[in-house]
Amino acid sequence: MSIEIAGLTRRYAEVAALDAVDLSIRDGEFIALLGPSGSGKTTLLRALAGLEFPDAGSLHVHGRDLARVPARERGIGFVFQHYALFRHMTVFENVAFGLRIRPRRDRPGGAEITARVQRLLELVQIPELARRYPDQISGGQRQRVALARALAIEPRLLLLDEPFGALDAKVRKELRVWLRQLHDRLGITSIFVTHDQDEALDLADRVAVMRAGRVVQFDTPETLLARPADAHVAGFLGEAVRLPCTLADGQARFAALPPLAVETSLPDGPALAFLRPVDLAAEPAGGDAPGNATVVSARHDGRGLRLTVLLEGTVLDATPAAGWAAPARGEPCRVRPLAARLFPA
Amino acid sequence: MRHPLPGLGLALGITWLWLGLVVLVPLAALVIRPWELGPAGVWAVVTEPRVLAALRLSFGAALLAALVDMPIGLLIAWVVVRYRFPGRRLLDAAVDLPFALPTAVAGLALTALYAPNGWLGAPLAALGVKVAFTPLGVAVALAFVGLPFVVRSVEPVLRDLARDAEEAAATLGATRGQTLWRVVLPALGLALASGVALAFARAVGEYGSVIFIAGNMPMVSEIAPLLIVVQLEQFDYAAAAAIGLAMLGLSFLLLLGFNLLQRRLRRGLA
Repeated sequence: MSIEIAGLTRRYAEVAALDAVDLSIRDGEFIALLGPSGSGKTTLLRALAGLEFPDAGSLHVHGRDLARVPARERGIGFVFQHYALFRHMTVFENVAFGLRIRPRRDRPGGAEITARVQRLLELVQIPELARRYPDQISGGQRQRVALARALAIEPRLLLLDEPFGALDAKVRKELRVWLRQLHDRLGITSIFVTHDQDEALDLADRVAVMRAGRVVQFDTPETLLARPADAHVAGFLGEAVRLPCTLADGQARFAALPPLAVETSLPDGPALAFLRPVDLAAEPAGGDAPGNATVVSARHDGRGLRLTVLLEGTVLDATPAAGWAAPARGEPCRVRPLAARLFPA
Repeated sequence: MRHPLPGLGLALGITWLWLGLVVLVPLAALVIRPWELGPAGVWAVVTEPRVLAALRLSFGAALLAALVDMPIGLLIAWVVVRYRFPGRRLLDAAVDLPFALPTAVAGLALTALYAPNGWLGAPLAALGVKVAFTPLGVAVALAFVGLPFVVRSVEPVLRDLARDAEEAAATLGATRGQTLWRVVLPALGLALASGVALAFARAVGEYGSVIFIAGNMPMVSEIAPLLIVVQLEQFDYAAAAAIGLAMLGLSFLLLLGFNLLQRRLRRGLA
């Protein structure tokens, strides 16, 4: 279901929660709205669902203007951050709700409802929980119930508000993969809100990075990482560290690092450099290589040795030189930049 | 006996002592007193037509009043919690007035209002409806004293009710009416039932606000508490106690019924 959002604005008192947001989403896409809290991502999602009324701008879903369509007539599935299950109903009745409340002429018969709810519970892999109440099941299971309930009305567009926010790390990872597969299988359009960049970059076809009620950049994860639109996006994505520098004669000069040759269209003068751990090489200090940093910690994770160093009061992650097997805490070392992304200061 | 929460012995001891001194001992006296008449004598007193009529009026009017207070109290709680409008705090405070007013004052005010020449009584009389000095008047007075119980029982639960469940219902296609009936009301059921039980219990025992508006005609508009006072004035203490015992027994049975109903509601919510 294609979605066209143009100039969407929503103000609370003086503060703009959404500030002239434009967004164009294609049929079948899986979209993440990524941003810190207060950036307007949830407000945007709620405006799509009809739970929030924009002050200006337009919303079209598949060519249909939604401005005057109330939430209950939009047929858009919504999964709430805290699930919002009906506590006095069993899991079965929660999922059946959207079917039971239809006007009589559109309402499926009792046997049909039972069969459809059963199919949905199998789809979300909890058929055995049909008779339980929401208080009697785990967080991950509630999430699945909320999803089955939203899917019961056969929406072409599914909205999820922080779908993994309240789950522990392991369940989160599992549900993530599973949700993406479900999306592909159902062939629907999905939009989810998150403040977790890993989640957004892992899962989504395209990510809309939001800040202060605006969409700062809307691109595929690869493009976002390779060509962040501004310093804010660069700082928000990846594990890059931000260091001020001065540009002169094709070089970036840092306070505590050796200079780095760069090609940039920025004018000479002060600039901001973003360096990822792979952009910083660290080797043991000694001989002709005087130390400019000390090792804070070195630990092995699944992918290799991860090194954290202290450089003139700044803590940053760096990549240890090949062959440096066992950096010790407190050991002096020498860090030099290999590459950097530059933005105007 | 070891218990994870400390203080069970002390807390339970004080609970029983207090309940015993303030509630159980006086009630025991009430139970013992009428047996001076013997079981047959007690039975004779409570099956007297005048006594039966009074009991029927007291319990019937109390039940009617509690049932009328249920939707009205719910609506008032809803308005106070959900809407913001000028005068909301005044309305909120006014709900408690029936608690604070001496019941006799309330009774006099209601009588003046509903008497055939009163502000409300006169137009109602023109329509052929008599309120003051009839069983209907009794129900009106009881509804007045019971209302705050319903409002104050429902209000905190309504305040805590998460809005997202209602929003979820809307995104699933529910109309506002369906959302209220299927999502909001079931969540309030328990609080509403306990508010109605309290309003009923209060109404059964009510005296001051009723006796003025009731007119107290034997067999028609005479409530059981008044009949007890009548017996006492005739120094027939045992008969008074016998009527009191009947009220006690009936109230106990009805409140027990309410409690069982609440347990079923609670199980539905578990």
